[in-house]
Amino acid sequence: MASPETPVTPPPVVLAARGLTRQYPGVRALDGVDLTLRAGEIHALLGENGAGKSTLINLLTGAQPRNGGTITVDGVEIDPDGPGGAVRAGIAAVYQEITLLPNLSVAQNLYLGREPTRWGLVHRARMNRDGAALLRRFGLTIDASRPLSDFSTAVQQLIAIARAVDLSAKVLILDEPTASLDTAEVQTLFTLLRTLRDQGLAIVFVTHFLDQVYALTDRITVLRNGRLVGERLTAELPRLELVAMMLGKAPTAESHLGRRPATAAPSGTPLVRAQGLGRRRLVGAFDAELHAGAVLGAAGLLGSGRTETALLLFGVETADQGELIVDGKTVTLRSPRDAIRLGFGFCPEDRKLDGIVAGLSIRENIVLALQAKRGWWRRLPPARQRELADHYIKLLDIRTPDAEKPIQLLSGGNQQKALLARWLATDPRLLILDEPTRGIDVGAHAEIVRLLEDLRDRGMALYVISSEIEEVAAYSDRVLVMRDRAPAGLLEGDTITPAAIVNAIAADHQTKGAA
Amino acid sequence: MMGRFVNTRTLPLLATVVVFVLIYAACAAQYPTMLGLRVMGNLLTDNAFLGILAVGMTVVVVAGGIDLSVGAVMGLTTVALARLIEGAGMPPALAFALVLAGGGLFGAGIGAAVHYLKAPAFIVTLTAMFLARGCALLISTDSIPIHNAAYDTLAGAALALPGGGRLTLVAGIMLATFLAGGVLLHGTRFGARVFALGGNAHFAQLMGINTGRTTILVHAFCSLMAALAGIVFSLYTRSGYALTGTGVELDAIAAVVIGGTLLTGGVGGVAGSFIGVLIQGLILTWITFDGTLSSWWTKIAIGTLLFAFIAVQRLILVVSARYGRPGAGPTAPSPSTRPRPSPGAAAPSAP
Repeated sequence: MASPETPVTPPPVVLAARGLTRQYPGVRALDGVDLTLRAGEIHALLGENGAGKSTLINLLTGAQPRNGGTITVDGVEIDPDGPGGAVRAGIAAVYQEITLLPNLSVAQNLYLGREPTRWGLVHRARMNRDGAALLRRFGLTIDASRPLSDFSTAVQQLIAIARAVDLSAKVLILDEPTASLDTAEVQTLFTLLRTLRDQGLAIVFVTHFLDQVYALTDRITVLRNGRLVGERLTAELPRLELVAMMLGKAPTAESHLGRRPATAAPSGTPLVRAQGLGRRRLVGAFDAELHAGAVLGAAGLLGSGRTETALLLFGVETADQGELIVDGKTVTLRSPRDAIRLGFGFCPEDRKLDGIVAGLSIRENIVLALQAKRGWWRRLPPARQRELADHYIKLLDIRTPDAEKPIQLLSGGNQQKALLARWLATDPRLLILDEPTRGIDVGAHAEIVRLLEDLRDRGMALYVISSEIEEVAAYSDRVLVMRDRAPAGLLEGDTITPAAIVNAIAADHQTKGAA
Repeated sequence: MMGRFVNTRTLPLLATVVVFVLIYAACAAQYPTMLGLRVMGNLLTDNAFLGILAVGMTVVVVAGGIDLSVGAVMGLTTVALARLIEGAGMPPALAFALVLAGGGLFGAGIGAAVHYLKAPAFIVTLTAMFLARGCALLISTDSIPIHNAAYDTLAGAALALPGGGRLTLVAGIMLATFLAGGVLLHGTRFGARVFALGGNAHFAQLMGINTGRTTILVHAFCSLMAALAGIVFSLYTRSGYALTGTGVELDAIAAVVIGGTLLTGGVGGVAGSFIGVLIQGLILTWITFDGTLSSWWTKIAIGTLLFAFIAVQRLILVVSARYGRPGAGPTAPSPSTRPRPSPGAAAPSAP
């Protein structure tokens, strides 16, 4: 670790946020969160999807108004009313998606809005000179008069950081800066960040690569479901405990969900077998066996590659290595249609984005996949549509007065059940579910879990991806653990416990990001 | 170092220059008199109003917008001038100041509507077009001739060019407008903000640009240019008529696009628009010299050219995306086409 010796007194506080709250209609995205940033420290901000990281950043940069709480910089309370206000207060942010302008030159991007002028006109030569000099201090020797679009993402990111630091040298927020960089580029970035830290900058580093957290950061703040879980020194927080904080589960705690009596691990010919299936830059080769009447669970942190396995199994992405064997025959899935023809179904992670068609009725949403499977020219008779919708509303206990209500009026849990109904109507042999209990209230969790168990007992093969470790442990016959976009282990039978899964996710290994 | 100057941005402009030279050479080969300064001087005078409109339109299009109201604003200006000078007996200088201020305010209103109502510029300026044309027709449906000594002096003022040519005052105003537009767009902080706005309005805002102010100023400038074009046209015809400039907004847009400014915003400049105006004028002059063709052939020629230019621009983008330097392609035109690295990597603004 390259950090200097830990001083006896902690370095001075640059930014203190207290009790930050942000309320959306129906959701409290951030609930009384504190964040303390110190000069000369790199501070990791961690949490799973929906933890509130993005919201917290948006409140700090003034991109969104806050509903409560205070932010002080150097002891002075600030109230950023937009990116401009935050920058004046000394807070600048650099996002994973480069928010610079590709149509302008590098120097124009660096000095937009504060160009050096002579006789009222922009002094282009001086701007290019100053820009090149500024970038040299950040380890970049390039011609600043060239268009930004001439340079790679990694270089553009360094330019964005140079601009941010030059604008306001107190707090630098980096949101997933390494997500689209390769290993060498990450090293360049880390070297730069360490230099900036040693110059006294307070840096916030958001990532989902735990190796990078331990290689780079001094302090960690963990959020979960919009609440602060805790702030710890990186050196004093074991990886296992960090994962437990992020997932909200003490690694030793007993599961409150009863686990059904251990059955023999499914044997015989699997319905679907993936052998070394993978795609370059998406997910490393993984093996999976899916048996009729059995559940394969997939666990891992956000960005571990867990969702990507489902994308390959459902043909959303085409594998470029390994093979997929269905019914003993090797198949290639080029699109979801191929997968649907084989009798697969897929409930994606983001209901609002990829799943429900908000404006359509419950009935229309339920018959959508079946209608697509039949082909659009063979329309399901309206009577049959109503019959199907009513059947599943009753079967899955979807709480609605009738099948013709727009689906957007239902609660999250009931929307999830309607989505499930959509795939059940196609009578799938394999159902893939990504985070089936995300964003729905706790009571509905148990219902969804019972439903999954029901489907399994009726002979369906299930592949369930979830960050609810206890639920995965409760219903899975096997658990595939993913880490850093590659498989990290397969748990079977009695070895499936929440503690074992957390262990497998956190397991230390060769740190790739370390200097 | 050809590569330094020939790139995705300069290539459309270069193509425009080549087309202009080719057309001019073809004209000169057939009618040697077209080479003279007399014809060139007339070309500038006849297209002065279009050139001034094109300057304003270039700024709006670079900012990522469009303005369909410039022809109507120009018509309103001519009829308002005629009514003020002829009807109310106002001195021309005061009338000019009045219509220019009115034009600027009108444009500021358009910009405010575009920004605060978050309405597409296309719809807002279409509305403004009807509004301005309606007002013009309300003032008078007839053509009003302007009889004013000062007016005649201004209209007749010209610089003698060698070879019997004349550089009239209106042509001079047009050339000065292009110079001023070029300095504004390429030499000032405001110009940099216009390019930033056209590149990506959201990113520009994240970088601290006041996009509302910039949008309002851009549209105010465009309508100001339309009012100036109205003054120039009324000097040119020494009259005011409400239906003046019907459809010239489209000629102005054509000149801007032929000049290499991308309709998607963020790339372009006034130099290309100047050549775009000259190409249109040249084709019309050639048809006049020929004498047997209907002048509507100009529209057909411009339509064909416009289509060819749009196709060529698209081709250049596609080719440079495939064979260009790393990052020059997909990242340049639209950030949204980038493949998402992982579904978990949410956009920075997502709650």
